[in-house]
Amino acid sequence: MASLFADFLSSLSLINLGLAFSGVLAGIIIGALPGLSATMAVAILVPFTFALEPSSGLIVLGAIYTGAIFGGSWSAILINTPGTPSAVATTFDGYPLAKKGDGDLAMSISCMSSFVGGIIGVICLALFAPPLASVSLMFGPTEYFWLALLGLTLISTLSEGDNIKSLIGACIGLLMSMIGVAVVGGDVRMTWNISFLNSGIEIVSAMIGLFCIPVILDLTSMKGKHLGENETPKSLRLKESFLIMFAKKFEAVRGALIGTFVGILPGAGGSIASIVSYGEAKRTSKNKENFGKGEPEGLIASETANNATVGGGFVPTLCLGIPGTPPDAVILGALLVQGIRTGDTLFTQQSSIVYTFIFGLLLATIMMLPLGLLMGRYAYKSLLKVPKQVLIPIIIFLTIIGSYSIQNNILNVYFMFFFGLIGWVLNRSGFRASPIVLGLVLGQIAEQGFVQAYIIGSAQGSVVANYFARPISFVLVLLIIMSLFFPALKKIYKKRFSK
Amino acid sequence: MKLNTFFKKFLAVISLLALTFTSANAGVTNIIPFGPGGESDVTARMQQPYYKDIYNDDIVVQYKPGGGGSVGWSSLNSEKGDGSVIMGVNLPHIIMQPIAKGDKAGYKTEDINVFSFFHYTPDAILVEASSPYNSLAELIDFAKKNPGKLTFSGSGTYSANHLLTISLNQKANIKTTYVPFKGTGAAVQALLGKQVVAEAGYSTVAAKQGSKVRMLAVASESRLPAYPDVPTFKELGFDIVSGAYRGYALPKSASAATVKEWSDRIMKINSDPKFKKQMEDGAFVVVNIGHDQIDDFMKQQQAANEAIAKELGLIK
Repeated sequence: MASLFADFLSSLSLINLGLAFSGVLAGIIIGALPGLSATMAVAILVPFTFALEPSSGLIVLGAIYTGAIFGGSWSAILINTPGTPSAVATTFDGYPLAKKGDGDLAMSISCMSSFVGGIIGVICLALFAPPLASVSLMFGPTEYFWLALLGLTLISTLSEGDNIKSLIGACIGLLMSMIGVAVVGGDVRMTWNISFLNSGIEIVSAMIGLFCIPVILDLTSMKGKHLGENETPKSLRLKESFLIMFAKKFEAVRGALIGTFVGILPGAGGSIASIVSYGEAKRTSKNKENFGKGEPEGLIASETANNATVGGGFVPTLCLGIPGTPPDAVILGALLVQGIRTGDTLFTQQSSIVYTFIFGLLLATIMMLPLGLLMGRYAYKSLLKVPKQVLIPIIIFLTIIGSYSIQNNILNVYFMFFFGLIGWVLNRSGFRASPIVLGLVLGQIAEQGFVQAYIIGSAQGSVVANYFARPISFVLVLLIIMSLFFPALKKIYKKRFSK
Repeated sequence: MKLNTFFKKFLAVISLLALTFTSANAGVTNIIPFGPGGESDVTARMQQPYYKDIYNDDIVVQYKPGGGGSVGWSSLNSEKGDGSVIMGVNLPHIIMQPIAKGDKAGYKTEDINVFSFFHYTPDAILVEASSPYNSLAELIDFAKKNPGKLTFSGSGTYSANHLLTISLNQKANIKTTYVPFKGTGAAVQALLGKQVVAEAGYSTVAAKQGSKVRMLAVASESRLPAYPDVPTFKELGFDIVSGAYRGYALPKSASAATVKEWSDRIMKINSDPKFKKQMEDGAFVVVNIGHDQIDDFMKQQQAANEAIAKELGLIK
């Protein structure tokens, strides 16, 4: 205990506090710009951390990472474009809120939710890292397959109105997820001899195109302001946001726990966490009809979950040496260069580095609250004041920079515009971007899991057993069945009662 | 806010960002055709401080990921040939991709002007710590009694990991099942989670995972200094020396002098005992293949990989 306290004090050193502060600040800005992802923010900073103490270097990387995941919600709320992939589900209710004129409220709620999610994630990391790591190892290919399938069934929950169109959209996404060289088998699929497509559709540029370009085109073609305005935003609407958060405290904690859990599964990541949490919130909410039209509860679900993946993702990174999320992979590389060995010995032999880092991450998350509230208010105010003819070129400029910098490749920019055009046409005909992105993200995970499980199952001579007769798989299958038939059952139930 | 002041603020932010990016971009550029965090990235990062010490200049690492490296390699020759840009290259990737995918790979092996390889990570067979198999012989024995039941996790198809299992199948006369995963991390996860019997991975997996895994055999010429108890395949009677070699290439337009200069720089970093120690601790094996030996080395690798490709049915 005494040594824990010493670690806490060393995380409070002036340099560490300063690093955490500037890390969060830089992270929020980078995360808010569409296309500049948390991974890139961390990667750019890595060489600078070599000059620092290992734990200080880790703190600044962790702070940037947390800040960037939160920052992603800004562009999701203000211009309907997830700043990082983790913020996909934030667009569902954040942007409608801003459209209604409640952007200030949305910004404050998103900051508080990210704070709650981040704190719970870090606490889980500090207290339960080793047992959680062994849970993550129980997820084999079969479980990933069922998990992805569960995510896909959420389309029926997420879709507003037209189920068929959402399903078609998801199928388009699934088809797109198959483009490129298959991980299993190495077949080259649907690339039309463009070697750029060998690695598959790059998800971030596709997402910027699908979400952002239709908004820009609509903005250009329609009269009126970009976002609605109730009155000049003078306050942070702190009290109102706090009351909403307080009323939804269980939902917030649930979102954070879902986020932590998905975070400990390597390769799943913040986008899946926020989508699953959002779907769960909508399924169990009393005011389901309001989801997608600016329901704060949806915003809370998404933002608590994606920030909780930060703490969750560090569980396999630190305990197993397996990166939980893409930014974790960069941090793991930095650890290796610093000469820190991850794995079971890290928590016992180098525990002071680990706990200083965890305390630093906690501090960074706490700093994010006031910083995010103040900066968010400023960002919202300036966005309202900027005339449309200035705003539109700036957004386009950012989308180009963002999609270029993902892989330092101009082809990503062309693809972004190409997807933008598709997104706009589909939008006009009543298709939404979210099922497409869901199919694109989950398709790869589902396919790999399915084929790997099949190969392993046939080697063991029990294909069917390998898919179903595993405890976690069984639970996931039950959840899928529930998720699929829940709406239908509910309808029958309602009919009976109305009669 | 007046439009004017807004513009000023916007320009200020943008120029600040631009400054950060350009200041980070001074020095020479090392393009890694993979994402950050992998072995190519980590070893490039390890070279950074030594390069700075010797040449008082920065190597800036940039990423151009995609297609298992092919996106970067197919654009290599359009980079500047004045020595300000080098690009990471990997074996067997730059030989196997053109064989497996033909024109779809986007480049040909001979298009890539490789000037040096500075290390390799030997292939290795690993099991989880609680596994009943304590030696390669026991593992092979299991495979002989249960054809196809020995499952290996590994990273990718036609990768170094995959090729190792093919060589082992051939030389030990066994039948095993290879399960490809996306990246080393996922392959290790499957091993630790006991989804597979063993992993066909790299020696670096043993360094990262420590006591959680047991390395049964390593495909290097001699035993690794950090793992004196782990036998090589050669000692065990299988003539397998393989792994993923990592080095650098210049655009074709680079002059002979530039090629020599860069090769000397990389070899000079290699000769630093501290660098060598750091690499060996991570289970990387330092090799000194400079520009004068590269042609012979590539020919030998090409022949070895073609032989395996025939076995796989990729070449008739």
